[in-house]
Amino acid sequence: MSLTYDDVIAKYEPVLGLEVHVELNTASKMFCACSTIFGGEPNTQTCPVCLGMPGALPVVNEKAIESSILIGLALNCSITPFSRFSRKNYFYPDMPKNFQISQYDEPICVNGYLDVEIDTDEGVKKFRVEIERVHMEEDTGKSLHVGGATGRIHGADYSLLDYNRAGIPLVEIVTKIVPGTGRYAPEVAKAYVAALRDILQSLGVSDVRMEQGSLRCDANVSLRLIGAEKLGTRSETKNVNSLRSIERAVRGEMIRHAELLNKGERVVQETRHFQEDTGLTRSGRSKEQAEDYRYFPEPDLVPVAPDAAWIEKLRASLPEHPSIRRKRLQDAWGVPDKEMAAMLNADALDLVEATVNLGADPTRARGWWLGEISRIANEKFCAISELSITPTDVAQIVALVAEGELTDKLARQVVEGVIAGEGSPQKVIDARGLKVVSDESALMAAIERAIAEQPETAEKIRNGHIPAAGALIGAVMKETKGQADAARVRELLLGHLGQPTS
Amino acid sequence: MSTLSRSDVANLARLARIDMTDEELDHLATEMDVILTAVARVQEVATADIKPTSHPIPINNVTRPDVVRPSLSPDEALSGAPAQEEGRFRVPQILGEEA
Repeated sequence: MSLTYDDVIAKYEPVLGLEVHVELNTASKMFCACSTIFGGEPNTQTCPVCLGMPGALPVVNEKAIESSILIGLALNCSITPFSRFSRKNYFYPDMPKNFQISQYDEPICVNGYLDVEIDTDEGVKKFRVEIERVHMEEDTGKSLHVGGATGRIHGADYSLLDYNRAGIPLVEIVTKIVPGTGRYAPEVAKAYVAALRDILQSLGVSDVRMEQGSLRCDANVSLRLIGAEKLGTRSETKNVNSLRSIERAVRGEMIRHAELLNKGERVVQETRHFQEDTGLTRSGRSKEQAEDYRYFPEPDLVPVAPDAAWIEKLRASLPEHPSIRRKRLQDAWGVPDKEMAAMLNADALDLVEATVNLGADPTRARGWWLGEISRIANEKFCAISELSITPTDVAQIVALVAEGELTDKLARQVVEGVIAGEGSPQKVIDARGLKVVSDESALMAAIERAIAEQPETAEKIRNGHIPAAGALIGAVMKETKGQADAARVRELLLGHLGQPTS
Repeated sequence: MSTLSRSDVANLARLARIDMTDEELDHLATEMDVILTAVARVQEVATADIKPTSHPIPINNVTRPDVVRPSLSPDEALSGAPAQEEGRFRVPQILGEEA
């Protein structure tokens, strides 16, 4: 019999630990000058350094250090005055050197925290997630497993390696253990990664695209009986590639652990892989035999000792904290909570802000980005930021509607045209001949024709049945190909039939 | 004084993926112990005023600007590979069926 989540939290206290890997968005790799562009043909971005050729020497990317320090500062960490790189030795073909250059006992940033808020039935709750360390390392190559079952490493006949990703700067952010979240553990884990993602995005140091793997989360979960001091055995779930999955993975592991513990069995300390389709985890390699990476200081690199003045300069350059900025914009624009959440979900905040800064009304700007533009993005399975429409275009469209040059209906066609690559809003308007028919005699002629075609409807209106006007307005709009202002058509029509117009 | 046991050597051999015979293990355990003991003498002169160092030259912060330079061509990159397929390095099976 499987346990419910309520059974689990009635008896056990979950303890979290989260490790997040972030690929930095530098132009070149961590220790060599190869490009970091995503999606290149296999092995087109490699050199003797990232291929681990004998005699090749690594040199640290200055921007990667700067980005790491910025991350540390934004997470309230101390920046260590002296840190070193170490070799993490292991045999696996994703690193051609047979070791990964990482940081071990002397990471660049230590002892920070990140406060996260979650919405609960009891109101907003705040949790502080303490950061143990932020360290620099390099990403590994990508393996393709051939033969055996569906591309998995188990049972594969052989593997193919692409080293384009090997050596891309990676920053690992490790939390201390996070106790005390109780039933909210899954939400706290998700909120932490979401808040971290927002900060990284605001710093501009990473693309933070979970689906492309530039932000990856490993979730450590253990349970202990409520009131117990000693920590339980943890499992480490990898392969968690979306915010929603983090929540599901933590919840799923809590239930799995509790079921084992209730049966008197023990939790095995191991790596588990999250399965998107089932929301369950599958056992990976067991950590029963403690891993021995034989770390030692990297002899080919000299220590990193950032100048205090440089650190202070970076600290002064930190952007506004995302949660503070959000609050500020929400208040300034008078956005209800629910709509604010929708705007964040659609990653529309920057775009709306840019549009408003160009003079557009906040409500109108938001309406376009979250309405028509989001709809088209959904159809194309892409993010709104990937469409070719810009805040400048939207601000112009909002202005044209406000000036009465476009109706909402025409404006939608302009949006569609801009996204289809037909050029600026004005170009689309000119090319498509989208113009509000404001010539009242032309409108009156169309109204007369509509009345002549539907005399019975017109009679109803004359007799005071105003709702019938819809059919005639529709006919006029159709005849003017939607280029008339429907409100004005209504006014003219009702006036013509002797009815009050407001 | 260093004490490197035979099982330490066996473990190191396993970590380094070096297959060793019993005779080799016996032999190396003794030999490596002698080497370690010799090197350990450095600790006798490492007094409190000598800072541990991982690098012989006392310099910090050797970096390069974040500028892309041309990479090898895929052909060049793969030229030393024992096996390749579809522009990728081909490596033998990583995990066996039982893993």
